[in-house]
Amino acid sequence: MIHIKRLQEDGVDIIALIGEIDASSSIELDLAIAKSVGEGFSRILVDCHSLEYISSAGLGVFMSYIEEFKDQNIKMVLYGMNDKVANTFEILGLNELLQIGKDKAHAKRMMNEL
Amino acid sequence: MNYKQKVGCNIENLKGVRDFIRNALKSHGVPDLQISELVLALDEMCSNLMIHSHQCNPHELFEINIILKKGDPVIFEIIDDGNTFDINQFAEPDLGNLVHEKRKGGLGIRLVKSIMDKIEYQNRNGKNVCRLIKNIHCK
Repeated sequence: MIHIKRLQEDGVDIIALIGEIDASSSIELDLAIAKSVGEGFSRILVDCHSLEYISSAGLGVFMSYIEEFKDQNIKMVLYGMNDKVANTFEILGLNELLQIGKDKAHAKRMMNEL
Repeated sequence: MNYKQKVGCNIENLKGVRDFIRNALKSHGVPDLQISELVLALDEMCSNLMIHSHQCNPHELFEINIILKKGDPVIFEIIDDGNTFDINQFAEPDLGNLVHEKRKGGLGIRLVKSIMDKIEYQNRNGKNVCRLIKNIHCK
């Protein structure tokens, strides 16, 4: 079960993930990102502080946007992951393909450097 | 000690599967980070089975066994009478290709193979048994 909250700050769309993302809920993550892009945001932060679990279905959603975001110059940075969630991204090396910051301030700095 | 659970093929049941595995491993002193990896691998195997072998039919059941014996590797068994899909025979696509093709799937089997030490298949009383083995020594 996942709750997704969105809020906007200085033209940046912040998508906060609360709960667990698995095969039954990854579609909601996909819809939230698609909605943000559809509304024209080109800077997206994903707040993972309250993300307790992510399965490969969720990793796949992030992965599927990498190429499109590169083409359209959309910047996305994830931040605030707990150790277990961070480890899940690292097992497959997705931490090398996605931008992952420690906290919001760090994520914003990373975004400005992209 | 053995732990058993029957699971209906509804992806809404994955949370229950994760809790079952987490609780069993926790009570045998497996470290948290390792538990989270094993939970991830089993979630993957079970969701594949529900979606691809049973088309998410909640009336079709399979069984999960966890065999935890002091000093031995941990064994997870997924016992099912559906079609077997031997992930050892599956060549996982290159990560770069998945990214390029904007695919959402294809990561799961790679995850399971990275996490588990051995994956084997057996036939037991006409049922397919997938055994996932991890060399950690529980209490």
